[in-house]
This record gives sequence, structure tokens and C-alpha cells, in this order.
Amino acid sequence: MKPAPFAYKRARSTAEAVAWLTESDARLLAGGQSLIATLNMRLSTPSLLIDINGIGGLDGIAQKDDVVEIGALTRHAQAGRSDVIAKHAPLIARAIPHIAHPAIRNRGTLGGSIAYADPAAELPACLLALDGEVEATGPKGKRSIKACDFFKGLFETALAPDEMLTAIRVPAATGQTRTGFAELARRHGDYAIVGLAASARADGKGLADVRLAYFGVGATPVRAGKAEAALAKGDVDAAVAALELEPPDDLQATAAAKKHLAGVLLRRVAGQLLEAR
Amino acid sequence: MHEIDITLTVNGERVSERVEPRKTLVDFLRDDLFMTGSHVGCEHGVCGACTLRVNGEIVRGCLMLAVQCDGATVETIEGLSDSGEIADLQAAFEQRNALQCGYCTPGMLAAAQDLLKRGGVPSRDEIREYLSGNYCRCTGYHAIVDAVEAVAQARAGGRK
Repeated sequence: MKPAPFAYKRARSTAEAVAWLTESDARLLAGGQSLIATLNMRLSTPSLLIDINGIGGLDGIAQKDDVVEIGALTRHAQAGRSDVIAKHAPLIARAIPHIAHPAIRNRGTLGGSIAYADPAAELPACLLALDGEVEATGPKGKRSIKACDFFKGLFETALAPDEMLTAIRVPAATGQTRTGFAELARRHGDYAIVGLAASARADGKGLADVRLAYFGVGATPVRAGKAEAALAKGDVDAAVAALELEPPDDLQATAAAKKHLAGVLLRRVAGQLLEAR
Repeated sequence: MHEIDITLTVNGERVSERVEPRKTLVDFLRDDLFMTGSHVGCEHGVCGACTLRVNGEIVRGCLMLAVQCDGATVETIEGLSDSGEIADLQAAFEQRNALQCGYCTPGMLAAAQDLLKRGGVPSRDEIREYLSGNYCRCTGYHAIVDAVEAVAQARAGGRK
């Protein structure tokens, strides 16, 4: 199909984009790799597209002290090539190759993926596993929203209608940081049937601060609290047994299959977390 | 809905046109410029038939709007063919039967060239992973991987 008609404006600054957002039924166009697909299918019919690709200064990647800040317009491919991300945000580096395909990674943005909040997408789960936060810019200025407060429901976030996601921030990895990432998809690059992003801190021979964020198992990325506690004690079997996910059936797999696969992924990711970094 | 003037470079030629904002890049190339080498398959980024180059990087032609390409440099299969850049890849596809109906081939060639221009000889698994975003419903992919691998080896100076 073809998109329904809409008006189109190129924003030159974040302030301009945010001001235009108050116009009825306006949508921000970042990488467009989900939005334009929904326009083509007429699942989305906004009256105005605000193209933010020309706004300068929104695609930086920087490590400042103990935080890595990534501008919202950073493309997946750019993040995948970044030495800063490889060194200081290794979970994101592990996840990027699983995101769609090279042609899509050249356009898709980190901010767009997180603001869109697809429950089967990789980056929202990474942000949750890393205990990261988003920077939202609105008419009154900027505010920070923790990942645990950001993902509210299916494609629903804590962003207000007149706010734009302008950056994400995650804690910079230390020598003790351990990360793990795995997903199962029918075809490499497809949305996951089930996926798992994880971070932890090495504590002697074991792990502490284990954070497991599953995706593809609910309306938002989902923490697995009891499994985290079991894994911190080093008991992988107990961690798998402690999983309390309640995935819905979907077009890809039954709930029972997803639960089984979640356990398979936990064993793989536990192996990654317990490896020396 | 108002239309917007855009000027871009397509296969080395400067083009100025007036387009509706809702027109995708691949529809613009096909319908307005009559360059029908880029194919339209799924129209939501899954099949890869519309893969082409914008500013040197491969993109989905169905997931960019023509208005976003104001000032951009676009290269389609027509340009890649005429310049000779992928002549060896095209010959290898033909020799190894890496196409039957040919619908996926322009996108497949653009994606394969994007992998090969990085240099080196990728493994068969790397080739498969890189081309995972391009569906082919005829060949079963084996011959495509053969062709890409053979060109990678030939360009690296090996035999085959």
C-alpha cells in the first residue's frame, strides 16, 4: 500500500520540533524504519511528519565520567562502529548486530527504537538491563526518566505528547561489568521470538546486581527478579526454574514455547555473564 | 496536500522534481524518473527488493521518503550496472544461476556489493547473515552465497 497524505516539515532545532509537536496528530520522523512501514501499511495516518534528521548535535556518543550518553539520532550502524560503545557500553555493542539488517541499521536510530518501544525490540530491553535512562525534551526543558519508569505498556512510554526523546544514558562499564545478550528469531535480523539482555557485576567468583530483561514476552521489556536472585547465587538451574514470565501466544510461537525458549536463553546468557570479560 | 521541491543526484545526474511528501524514494525513482530497476516487494522493509544506496550507504527504498533525499546522492542498480562497479558480481550471479525470476536480484546485488566493498573474504556464514535482509523465493540462497563468495575470493586475488 501507499501512505495516506500528510504534511512534512524539516525541523532545524529540537525547540522547533517540540513546538510543532503541539500541532494536532504530528509525528516525529527519525530513522523511519518502523514509522514509514506503518505509514505504508496505513496503520498510522498522521497529519504532519516532523523530520528531525537535520537537527545538528543529536547523534553524538560520549563517555563522561561514569555515564555513556548517546544522542537520539545515532544510527544503529554508527553505534555498531563506535569504539566508545564497544568499550563502555558492551551490552549495546552485543545487541546491535541482532537489530534488523545492514540497510535498516544504516537508517534506524537508537532514540527512535526506544521511543517506539516495540516489545520485541532489543534496545528497550538493553536500556532496562543497564538501569539506564532517557532524556526527554519538552517545551519546559529537559527531564530524565529512568528506564524502569519509561516503558508503560504496548508501544506506550512515559513521554508526554509534546516531548521528544533526545538522548539515552547508561552507566559506563567498569572492569567488573559483565553483560550477556541472546535472542531467538526465525531469520537473522527479524524481531525476536524471545530475547534476553543482561548485566551484572563480577563479585569474587560470582555475580552481583544481576539484571535480566526479557523482550518478546509481554507488552514491555520484563525483568525476571527471582531468576536474578538465583543467578547471583550462581545457581543457573534454580534461575531457570524461578522464571515467572507470562508471555502471550503470538504469531511466532505459543506461550509454552516462549517460556521454554526463555530458559534456553537464560542458560546461554548465564554463560556469557560468568565468562571473564 | 502541498508538494515539495527536491534536488538530488541520481546515478551521477542532477535531478529536480516536485513530490508529494508521502511518496517513498523507491516509488519516486520508479514512477517519476522511470528507473524501474529498484523493485517494490513488501513495502515495509522486510524483503529487501528495494535496496539501493543513499549517500554511499545501502538503505531500504521503501522506508525513506523522496522528500528526505533533497541534496542526497542516490545510486540505483542502473547506476551500479552502468559504472561497471558490480560487473564481476553480475557475471558470477549469471554463471552460477544465482537468480531465477530476478525480482530480488537488484537488491541482492546492492547488499552483496556493500559487503564486498569492505574488502577481505567473508565466510559463508557472514555472507548469509549480511544478506539475511534480502528475500529470494527462487534459489534457496545457496547459489547466491556461492556467487558472492567466488567474487570475494577473486577480488582478493585468489583463484576460483
